[in-house]
Amino acid sequence: MSNTLIEVQNLKKYFKTNHGMLHAVDDVSFTIEQGQTLGVVGESGCGKSTLGRVIIKLLEATDGKVLFHGEDITARPSSLDDRRRMQMIFQDPFSSLNPRMSVSQIIAEPLQIHHVCKSKEDLDQRIRNLMDTVGLAERFTNAYPHELDGGRRQRIGIARALALEPEFIVCDEPVSALDVSIQAQILNLMQDLQEERKFTYMFITHDMSVVKHISNSIIVMYLGNMVEKSDADELFEHTLHPYSKALLSAIPEPNIHKERRRTILRGEITSPIDPEPGCRFAARCAYATEECSCRTPELEEVLPKHYVACHHVRAINGLK
Amino acid sequence: METKNKLLEVKDLSIHYFTDEGVVRAVNNIDFELARGETMGLVGETGAGKTTTARGIMGLVPNPPGRVVSGEILFEGKDLLNASKLQMRLHRGKDFSMIFQDPMTSLNPILTVGDQIAEVIRLHEKLSHKDANRKAAEILEMVGIPAERMSEYPHQFSGGMKQRVVIAIALACSPKLIIADEPTTALDVTIQAQVLELMRDLQEKLGTAMLLITHDLGVVADTCNKVAIMYAGQIVEMGSLENVYDNTKHPYTKGLFGSLPSLSIKSKRLVPIDGLMPDPVDLPSGCPFHPRCPDCMESCKSRMPVKTEVSPGHYVRCLRCE
Repeated sequence: MSNTLIEVQNLKKYFKTNHGMLHAVDDVSFTIEQGQTLGVVGESGCGKSTLGRVIIKLLEATDGKVLFHGEDITARPSSLDDRRRMQMIFQDPFSSLNPRMSVSQIIAEPLQIHHVCKSKEDLDQRIRNLMDTVGLAERFTNAYPHELDGGRRQRIGIARALALEPEFIVCDEPVSALDVSIQAQILNLMQDLQEERKFTYMFITHDMSVVKHISNSIIVMYLGNMVEKSDADELFEHTLHPYSKALLSAIPEPNIHKERRRTILRGEITSPIDPEPGCRFAARCAYATEECSCRTPELEEVLPKHYVACHHVRAINGLK
Repeated sequence: METKNKLLEVKDLSIHYFTDEGVVRAVNNIDFELARGETMGLVGETGAGKTTTARGIMGLVPNPPGRVVSGEILFEGKDLLNASKLQMRLHRGKDFSMIFQDPMTSLNPILTVGDQIAEVIRLHEKLSHKDANRKAAEILEMVGIPAERMSEYPHQFSGGMKQRVVIAIALACSPKLIIADEPTTALDVTIQAQVLELMRDLQEKLGTAMLLITHDLGVVADTCNKVAIMYAGQIVEMGSLENVYDNTKHPYTKGLFGSLPSLSIKSKRLVPIDGLMPDPVDLPSGCPFHPRCPDCMESCKSRMPVKTEVSPGHYVRCLRCE
């Protein structure tokens, strides 16, 4: 397809630790179309942040390919040009901004590194425009991050990511440190910007309701593996993988009339260090059989464009 | 509500912090009551005064700079604000205890979890070391941790397990009231579901009342009987879940619901509340919510709304409801 922006093929990222190889991202493949949002959901330690970092080359892939506009970027050394076209918004607006730089310096830094502006006036003008775009008042130009609240700091992070007019932005839990009323403001801002400038987002979060709100397609990760992948609406309509079901049912909804049948998962996430073959979710799965603990399930198309990695997905969901 | 069923009554409580930058009016004239075995959710955003309220009840407001400037806190009819330090120490852990937000930092890293649970028991009950340890083991089993892990240290436990240990410490002497300050905020959703289920079960079994402090309206819908919404140190709306969720009156509460992305309805855009939480050093005149309120009237800017009962048990602080 011509309008595929990012194509990830069998991407792996292992970290060497004292106890063995940590499989942070294991054999993940997906594509993101231009102007769309891919939501990546999972709990702490499932490899979602590592995945984001490998794609924009903040970390080097152990194996597999990332194609950007059809070109393999994992093979070539990272260039200023790649950096310009792919940016990241970080989770924690408190630690991702240099406390010794003012708002204008933080936003100016990428512009200066990439020699985008010809003159001081041009630079100032750009900073003003960016601050205006993300809704930061001009009086904060010379303020330092500690003087601002979380929502405003996250706006600086967004302005910095936008400065170079990237095509692709990895958003790593951009709203999870914020209060709900501020979270809604930031989500709206990000959606408006996408509509206006056709950005492509990869939106990493643990919050199912946020991901439902913002994404076109979704992948669910568990311990480095992709367990389910489909369009956003389809995923919520037909949640097939037992882990996705549990994740969805675990969310307390602000609705007092909805009777919930809760699937509470027993146990906790197992170790991603040198995992045994077999389904990594088997230890916590209510449907697990012997097969699950010896053979790794492959991702297969269970419903049209809806992929699930589970041996028993058809039996569990009453599908043929 | 019958008087003898009342466990906790908070009347007109105000807690301020006197700092060099000015007086931080963290909690302003709040009233609420809690019956035995009841669970109330205290909901609000960062800086709304939820944690200060909890600390006020526990007698743990750091002084200086903090001070209770007015009001009464009655626990089983006894005034806690006039209790001596010793009396408060005897209450804490035995009659009411607290579960803190961050299980990573609220446990002592150099004591085994068994010792930390037994410590509370030995403080309040005349038990030998051996008996206290045996009781600690029972409580640990009750929160779903095998008793063999008693001699392990906090760093050997995962986040969800640590929070279970914190809950075990809070429950060790079967208190009548538990104040849980964002007990699941630091946990993953599937672990949060486990911990909430555990808290619900134990509460049912032991008949403990709970004040659950949270920013998550979903958690409240799941666990509480009634709810109070806090904004800028005030309770702006309070009532049963049906009152507040189905018959929302205060514009701030409406704003909170509008800000939440929903799982059931696909909405194109969220409806956030404009602006930011006011600085508690410099609260706006009149209703503290007026600068952000979509329904603001001229009188809102000058007059402070009073608590109005719009239907039985449903209280709102808004001039439009008076």
